[in-house]
Amino acid sequence: MNIYVLLKRTFDTEEKIQINGGVIEDDGAEFIINPYDEYAVEEAIKIRDEHGGEVTVVTVGSEDAESQLRTALAMGADKAVLIDIEDDVEEQDQYTTTKILEAYFEDKEYDIILAGNVAIDNASGQVGPRLADRLNIPYVTTITKLEIDGDVVHIEKDVEGDVEKVETSLPLLVTCQQGLNEPRYPSLPGIMKAKKKPLEELELDDLDLDEDDVEAKTETVEIFLPPEKEAGKMLEGEIDDQVKELVQLLRTEAKVL
Amino acid sequence: MSKILVFAELKNKELRNVSFETIAAAKRLDDGAEVVALVFGESNLEPLANEMIQYGADRAVTVAHEKLANYTSDGFTQAAMAVIEEEDPDTIIIGHTSIGKDLSPRLASKLDTGLISDITEIEGSGDDALFIRPIYSGKAFEKKKFKDGLTFITIRPNNIAPLEKDESRSGDVQSKDVDIKDLRTIIQEVIRKTSEGVDLSEANIVIAGGRGVKSAEGFEPLYELADLLGAAVGASRGACDAGYCDYSLQIGQTGKVVTPDLYIACGISGAIQHLAGMSNSKVIVAINKDPEANIFNIADYGIVGDVFDVIPKLIEEIKALQN
Repeated sequence: MNIYVLLKRTFDTEEKIQINGGVIEDDGAEFIINPYDEYAVEEAIKIRDEHGGEVTVVTVGSEDAESQLRTALAMGADKAVLIDIEDDVEEQDQYTTTKILEAYFEDKEYDIILAGNVAIDNASGQVGPRLADRLNIPYVTTITKLEIDGDVVHIEKDVEGDVEKVETSLPLLVTCQQGLNEPRYPSLPGIMKAKKKPLEELELDDLDLDEDDVEAKTETVEIFLPPEKEAGKMLEGEIDDQVKELVQLLRTEAKVL
Repeated sequence: MSKILVFAELKNKELRNVSFETIAAAKRLDDGAEVVALVFGESNLEPLANEMIQYGADRAVTVAHEKLANYTSDGFTQAAMAVIEEEDPDTIIIGHTSIGKDLSPRLASKLDTGLISDITEIEGSGDDALFIRPIYSGKAFEKKKFKDGLTFITIRPNNIAPLEKDESRSGDVQSKDVDIKDLRTIIQEVIRKTSEGVDLSEANIVIAGGRGVKSAEGFEPLYELADLLGAAVGASRGACDAGYCDYSLQIGQTGKVVTPDLYIACGISGAIQHLAGMSNSKVIVAINKDPEANIFNIADYGIVGDVFDVIPKLIEEIKALQN
């Protein structure tokens, strides 16, 4: 089975965000595999171990993403592809990323493509469904269970807390939700092996694209931090009195009750 | 005059609140626009179409089909594309819900257009409009605009207030026949795990519990308080990991992002990942035994105390108030 994972390098969830010169300061920040993409990597490895085949992890980004691809290889993926657009693309949106991935997949054979349901940085959740549409294959978003039985696929999908049982078929694109699995940590032998696994680097040229083909449809004009919250009011006294005061404040001052 | 299509989202055959918010967003974008509501479902959609009009839409197009009883990407895309091709709108607005997140990128791809998703605020109007959306799970915001072409946005529930309902308003409701072809994904069963009634992502009040709630039973007083206030119950990742409640209740960087009017955090320490999911709530109350807990740094009102002392007293106090 030909299994592909779409992976994005993101800030660590622990990171505080600072803005410098109108952009998010990434100097000194820790980076990780987008947590939802980690579920995709884990699921891809499980599918391969059960059904055979090969797991290829693909990212669109800069050469810095090599570290996250190596982590995915250390977890057990077989091959990695880094589409480095740093020098070619100034303004990128989901349209851009999808165009690039569409070109990459054009001559590939794929049975299943897995992605995170959203990236924790830009959080648009668009690229998976957009790509499935371009490739003209079905997709199911926010999945929490996946079983492949021949060409038939049984899926459980999270719908704002409810579960939908869905039946579909290969080839297929899915986006992964928390609860799908517990991503493994790379083992030491895994990390050693990962260094020797193939990591292909591509640029727009290699995909027969130029910058105009992938020009973003939207642009970011400003990035800003939320207003700092002023220190709140710590209530004092007996618990009974604090609760009474709280209810009073919520009614008269905050006007939310 | 510009034309704006807004999407009416149904849950249990009723309109979700976010449907009315899409109309308000449309008016904010262009007060003079013709706002056309799309209502998709199995049958009997005219009352829902009229309700959209009472909330400010000028007219509505309904598509009733047995294959639209449940949302599927294929079914709804076919219905939406049929209407979009006929109406040729300047703008499309959909709620950033489970359905909206699944449907909107597919439509954007079909229309070969940009899509700015999860908008919490619109600044300016018309072609100069800027769309504000949280990034990095609410740790920052960005202002975006369209370079050209169609304006296509999804709006986060609970951020753009709906207009007042006006029962005297009326408008044209057109029923459109669409031939819905094969669906490649079939929904076989829906298992309801969420509590009846209040939807976490649309709730005006959220009562959330953390590790300090100590057990699944410990959540019972939280549910009691939530029932009294018409609130939804949520949880921190810690509480979900410990098995006190289902992951469907998790609020945070992974999990749901909520922006209620009132958020009551019970026994939640306030890890940065949790704050990402709730820090934009309008009023935050924190109840925690540990006076140093990080949650107090973003709370509007704090009580240092045991959740199991405070919540029962709060329940009594609210009951007294309601009587």
